[in-house]
Amino acid sequence: MTAVLLLAQRATAFVLALAVAFHLGTILYASRGGLTAAEILARTHGNLWFLLFYGTFVIAVAVHAPIGLRNVLREWAAWRGRSLDLALLLFSILLLVLGLRAVFAVFTS
Amino acid sequence: MTTVSGTLHVDIWRGTETGQFQAFAIPRRDHQTVLDVVTEIQREHDATLSYRFACRVGMCGSCAMVVNGRPRWTCRTRVSEVVDDGGRLRLEPLRNFAVVKDLAVEMTQFFDKWKAAKGFFEPGAEPAVDFAMVPPATPERQAADSGIECIGCGVCYSACDVVAWDRDYLGPAALNRAWTLVNDARDRGQAARLDAVSASDGCQACHTHMSCTSFCPKAIAPTYAIAGLKRAMLGRSLRGGR
Repeated sequence: MTAVLLLAQRATAFVLALAVAFHLGTILYASRGGLTAAEILARTHGNLWFLLFYGTFVIAVAVHAPIGLRNVLREWAAWRGRSLDLALLLFSILLLVLGLRAVFAVFTS
Repeated sequence: MTTVSGTLHVDIWRGTETGQFQAFAIPRRDHQTVLDVVTEIQREHDATLSYRFACRVGMCGSCAMVVNGRPRWTCRTRVSEVVDDGGRLRLEPLRNFAVVKDLAVEMTQFFDKWKAAKGFFEPGAEPAVDFAMVPPATPERQAADSGIECIGCGVCYSACDVVAWDRDYLGPAALNRAWTLVNDARDRGQAARLDAVSASDGCQACHTHMSCTSFCPKAIAPTYAIAGLKRAMLGRSLRGGR
C-alpha cells in the first residue's frame, strides 16, 4: 500500500511540476496585454484543452497533497491508523470536489 | 611532536532520561582519546560512572557517545579533534536510545528493528544444492559490499532526525543491512524483506538528510542504501507487486 502511495506521490509530483510551470507561464503570457476577466472567460469558455489541463491539475493535487500531508501528520502529530487514512481520503475528496467545481465553473461560464 | 598540557574540563551526563551534567577536570595528555578521558574519570574520580566499551580500537562500536553534540566512537576520537575553544568536552549518551545509566544506552529497540527489517540472511526452506557463484564485479555484489562493514554501533541511529521524530522508523542501520541482503543472490527472503522495508516506517520515511552518511565512522552511506530500497520497492510495485 505504501509503495503505491509513494509511486502516486512521485508520479503526481512530476505532473504538478509541469502543470505549475505551464500555469504560471500562461498567466504571465496572457496578462502581458492586460486581459480582463471577461476576456479570459471568453477564451476558456467551452475550451476542452482548458478542461483537460486544469482537470488533470486538480486530480494530481487531490492525489499528491493528502499523501504528503499524511506523512507530515504521521511524523509530527504521531497520528496513525485507519482514522488518519480516512481523514485524508475525505481531504482528497474535498480538494477534488472544490477543484473540479471551480474548473467546470470557468469552463461553462 | 607537540606536547599538550593543562586541564581538560569535562561535563558528563549523569542519570537516565532525567539527570544532569557533572563537571570533572583532568589533565590534558598527548594523543588522549575521549575514551581515555572517560576511563580516567571512572578510575580516578568517580567509580560509579557507567559507560560501555570493549575493543578500544574501533572494531566493536560499543563506545559510541555524543561528544560535543556529535555522535562518535570515543575510542577513535582524539580530544584534540573535538575539544572546544574553552578546553571543554561535553559527553552525552547516544541520542534516540533509552539511557540505561550515564553514558550507557539500551540497544534492544535498535536491534529489534534490524529483525523487523528482515536484516538477517534467509536461506530458504531447502539448503542450496551448490555454492552460489557471486562474481565480485557484479553491481549487486558491489552494492552489498558498500554496506556490509556495518558493525551496529548506533552512531547513524543517534544522528538520524527521522528516528527522533518517529520512534517507529526502522532507521539507517537496519535499512542498510536490509539493502545488503536485497543484493544477496543467495537469499530466499526477498518478498518478506521488501514488505518489511516498504511499510510506512520503512525506507520511504527517510528525508535524505544524510546525517547517517555524514557521521558513520565506517564511511558507509546508508542514505544510498535507503535510496536503493526505494527503487527496489517502486520497481516491485510497477511490476505488479505490492
